[in-house]
Amino acid sequence: MEYAIEIANLSYSYPDGQQALRDINLTIGIGESVALIGANGAGKSTLLLHLNGIIKSNETIKILGLPLNDKNLKQARSKVGLVFQNPDDQLFSPTVFDDVAFGPINMGFHPNEVRQRVSQALHDVNMAGYEQRSPQHLSVGEKKRIAIATILSMSPEILVLDEPTANLDPRAKWELIELIKGLPMTKIVASHDLEMVTALCERTIILDSGSIVADDSTPSIMSNAPLLESYGLAPTSRLAIAFD
Amino acid sequence: MKHSFLDRYSDRDSLLHKLDPRTKIVTTIAFILAVALTPPPSWQAFALYFVIVAIAILISKIPPLYVLKRSLVIVPFVLLIGIFIPFLKPGDASGSYNVWIWNVSHSGLMVLWGIAIKSWLSILSLILLSATTKFAELLKGLEQLRMPKLMIMILSFMYRYLFVMVDEVSRMKQARDSRNFGGKRTWQLKTIGNMIGTLFIRSYERGERVYGAMVARCFEGQIRTLSRLQFRTADLYFVAAFFFCLSLVGITFLFM
Repeated sequence: MEYAIEIANLSYSYPDGQQALRDINLTIGIGESVALIGANGAGKSTLLLHLNGIIKSNETIKILGLPLNDKNLKQARSKVGLVFQNPDDQLFSPTVFDDVAFGPINMGFHPNEVRQRVSQALHDVNMAGYEQRSPQHLSVGEKKRIAIATILSMSPEILVLDEPTANLDPRAKWELIELIKGLPMTKIVASHDLEMVTALCERTIILDSGSIVADDSTPSIMSNAPLLESYGLAPTSRLAIAFD
Repeated sequence: MKHSFLDRYSDRDSLLHKLDPRTKIVTTIAFILAVALTPPPSWQAFALYFVIVAIAILISKIPPLYVLKRSLVIVPFVLLIGIFIPFLKPGDASGSYNVWIWNVSHSGLMVLWGIAIKSWLSILSLILLSATTKFAELLKGLEQLRMPKLMIMILSFMYRYLFVMVDEVSRMKQARDSRNFGGKRTWQLKTIGNMIGTLFIRSYERGERVYGAMVARCFEGQIRTLSRLQFRTADLYFVAAFFFCLSLVGITFLFM
């Protein structure tokens, strides 16, 4: 069987020597939607940056059966779409059109194809007609949608989202969750928003100090309060009692 | 947070707004060149230039007061460059202009007048250009006119992140002031220095993240863009009318 992502014995230390990831072994099937949860600094974002080679690994990662090395980098990057946490980092162009077109242009599509992809991607995130707007005039929720469109226009097979619901009010958050839920590709979502994880992902992985400490179906992880508590993802039992 | 953007009024609808940015860039540069090459004594020519800009402003439906106010930004520069020239430039002392012990030379005054009127007319036309053209369109126009893509990229990042940084600074100021900022001058300076350093580091890190987002979308160091600009007949008419007016000024000036 072919996997969307295969990671074997991945370890990574930051340039300053601090260990960020330890011996990660992970396979994600095609079409799965997986949540990566963990406290701040657990290594979620670092792991995501490995998935399209922004942080280099030594061929310990395979994307759709393809080892991630310098030769396959471009191909892998068009298969793995990475949406960054802060849309102000993701959207760097003067207009929405330029930003959504950036990926397809770099992939070398014909101008007509690029235009078609841009309008399709904006349509998919319910932002059709925003082509000529400038990102700085948009609300955070709108920016998040555009940020996702910049990736959808490259038609990736794997969608990787870093904290998609950060800084969103509840309405914008649930609209975004609905939107992501409707997308057909394999999804990997890093977050500590357990509400969203429950609504969106059937499988959940807990990362703690750079290691995978739990990997199970979302319902069984969410119902395991002591587990969540011990990795700093739920209120301590004293507080939980106070809430009851 | 809301800011008044660099290209305020650029989303209005008028003949000038509809023109292709390339048309506007080229005519603006031609206008500035003409103004710069006109000798200062021919005030009639300058009056005609002003009429041209004034008509353009009226067509553009931009509030004239806004243009006038913004054009005042050149005052300090003109003063800095030109204010001493009338006192320093040797020449026939025009008898009536005596400020205390200094003689004011006529030729020096002429230079000052030239600097003032030329920079003012130029800035008027530039304000008109930026107020009738969206910044993104302006960049597209410059790109089509073969400005290096790297420069375009730098300008577009500047435009995109200028206000992001302004927001960041104002948040830092709020955080500072809500902790009773004050005290000795040296202490204040130290705090401000730290803020500048923090802002630099944050911007640097943001740059890294932005680059990551670009690389994630197959960016390999080569800047590629798509052009959406199209000349229309209106552009042709405008360019024709503009150069007709400009040559009219030239002819008038030659025969006066």
